[in-house]
Amino acid sequence: MKVLVAVKRVIDYNVKVRVKPDNSDVDLANVKMALNPFCEIAVEEAVRLKESGAASEVVVVSIGPKACQEQIRTALALGADRGIQIETEELPESLNVAKLLAKVVEEEQPGLVILGKQSIDADNNQTGQMLGALLNRPQGTFASEVKIDGDSVNVTREVDGGLQTLNLKLPAIVTTDLRLNEPRYAKLPDIMKAKRKPLDVKTPADLGVELKNHTRLLKVSAPAERQAGIRVASVDELIDKLKNEAKVL
Amino acid sequence: MAILIIAEHDNSTLKSATLNTVTAACQMGDELHLLVAGEGCAAVAEAAASVAGVSKVLLADNAAYGRQLAENLSLLIAELGKDYSHVVAPATTTGKNVMPRVAALLDVGQISDIIAVEAADTFQRPIYAGNAIATVQSLDSIKVITVRGTAFDAAASTGSSASVDSVSPAHDAGTSAFVSEEMAKSDRPELTAASVVVSGGRGLGNGENFALLESLADKLGGAVGASRAAVDAGFVPNDMQVGQTGKIVAPDIYFAVGISGAIQHLAGMKDSKVIVAINKDEEAPIFQVADYSLVADLFEAVPELESKL
Ligand SMILES: Cc1cc2nc3c(=O)[nH]c(=O)nc-3n(C[C@H](O)[C@H](O)[C@H](O)COP(=O)(O)OP(=O)(O)OC[C@H]3O[C@@H](n4cnc5c(N)ncnc54)[C@H](O)[C@@H]3O)c2cc1C
Ligand SMILES: Cc1cc2nc3c(=O)[nH]c(=O)nc-3n(C[C@H](O)[C@H](O)[C@H](O)COP(=O)(O)OP(=O)(O)OC[C@H]3O[C@@H](n4cnc5c(N)ncnc54)[C@H](O)[C@@H]3O)c2cc1C
Repeated sequence: MKVLVAVKRVIDYNVKVRVKPDNSDVDLANVKMALNPFCEIAVEEAVRLKESGAASEVVVVSIGPKACQEQIRTALALGADRGIQIETEELPESLNVAKLLAKVVEEEQPGLVILGKQSIDADNNQTGQMLGALLNRPQGTFASEVKIDGDSVNVTREVDGGLQTLNLKLPAIVTTDLRLNEPRYAKLPDIMKAKRKPLDVKTPADLGVELKNHTRLLKVSAPAERQAGIRVASVDELIDKLKNEAKVL
Repeated sequence: MAILIIAEHDNSTLKSATLNTVTAACQMGDELHLLVAGEGCAAVAEAAASVAGVSKVLLADNAAYGRQLAENLSLLIAELGKDYSHVVAPATTTGKNVMPRVAALLDVGQISDIIAVEAADTFQRPIYAGNAIATVQSLDSIKVITVRGTAFDAAASTGSSASVDSVSPAHDAGTSAFVSEEMAKSDRPELTAASVVVSGGRGLGNGENFALLESLADKLGGAVGASRAAVDAGFVPNDMQVGQTGKIVAPDIYFAVGISGAIQHLAGMKDSKVIVAINKDEEAPIFQVADYSLVADLFEAVPELESKL
């Protein structure tokens, strides 16, 4: 079984982003970029499936400008076998991403597609589900455990009330949650090896997908900042403030 | 055209997240229809019919929808949704699971987790862990939207007497099946709706120590939450995680106990009315957003606080 993993280049999670003074967007100039943490978990899961014998090949795909090849190489260093970049000028909207991925799925015929549950920049949490609908495949979103069982997969999901386990017929879509695994660190020899792994570049036109805009970004603004309050010296003072100043007790 | 709202429920009760979503939908248009899809959920439909502002309830009562499986539910919602201007659901794990499928089936985008309605086609949503707010306009004829509950007041659960119409289509994709669930049982209020939240982080040291926070929460009629670090370490279950990638809360008082205040955690609680932080490290970033900061060992401060309230 082949596993396809979709990976996205995003701002490093340690960086606090700033809004541009003209409110047109956030300022990403000279900001450290990285593999989306949920995508890293997705790659790790695919590689573990390969190591356990459940998967035969791990293919990673990223959609975006040339710079996203860096994140494909990171995924290859973590153990993926080959990469596909779909070259676009910007990062396309989720439905376009899903349509491009659907074409890759038609070509590659993976038994499982693993995506992150959300990207930490746009925070949309939708691409995997959209891909599932386009392909008419079942989905196990927000996965904290993935167990292949013959021609189906059991996925345990993190839901609002706790955990839920579903059985999905393969081929299926999985999106990762934080507790699915702890990704490994790439070792230097693996990083060197990754440079020689195959990486194909395609365009949306190659795949016959026309990108369409579904939204228009009108403005990006800074959120209302919270002011730091006061230090209280004791529990008694805290209780007094909550009762008499904030009046919430 | 009317707006279709997807009710959040467990086949027996209507969840409060639905009421916040109704308020958001009210700002998009006048005619609100509420879809109750489930199995044996007639009581939910009855409750839905009295929610203020709702003029019609659609009841899809079928085994295929009993577990809210996204594969089945999305087929139903997309079929009904064709005739609406907006299809709106709470941004709960159910809404997040189902709605993007609906959007893709309708060949439209989804606007996730909105916090304000500027016009029927223009919405605000947080991006980058809430460090920026995007104003986005939908260019689609049908707008598929999920709503952040804490950003909208709850609609009154009474006041209306809408008709309840049964809708027949039973869609069973036949590709997914429910196996089991492990649901947290608690007599405390739901985290996302509680007026007091007491959250603990890695500083608690282990799961047993969360009992300190539980007794404080019980005294105040509140819920207990946690940081990702506390969940990852296995102190408490995943459904307690507050943050960018967990639950969003905005109670009257939020206690952050033994939590450092990473941006991902702040994303889930910084809209709380009053934030109290208890941390032994006076440099902890949580103090930059707290209204009342107490530099103290939590193992002394929390029991003292509990006993003096
Ligand atoms: C401020 C801002 C402005 C933007 N403006 C525009 C704009 O004007 N026009 C425009 O077209 N887009 C724009 N985007 C980009 C766009 O909103 C997102 O990149 C797009 O919605 C993709 O969805 P997501 O990453 O949020 O998806 P999510 O559903 O949150 O991502 C889930 C998973 O999908 C997969 N995935 C997502 N994107 C990719 C990818 N590119 N390659 C491979 N896998 C992927 C990953 O596995 C990821 O973990 C903007 C984004 C931001 C933050
Ligand atoms: C993709 C991604 C998503 C994430 N999503 C989330 C999310 O949704 N929610 C979330 O919370 N985090 C999230 N995180 C993790 C986040 O970055 C932090 O790692 C996490 O919030 C830290 O948890 P903490 O504050 O409990 O632990 P720490 O940062 O270790 O802080 C523990 C604190 O306890 C204090 N302390 C220790 N002992 C005592 C004592 N006896 N008395 C008083 N104080 C004490 C310490 O001074 C310290 O400040 C995410 C990270 C990533 C990469």
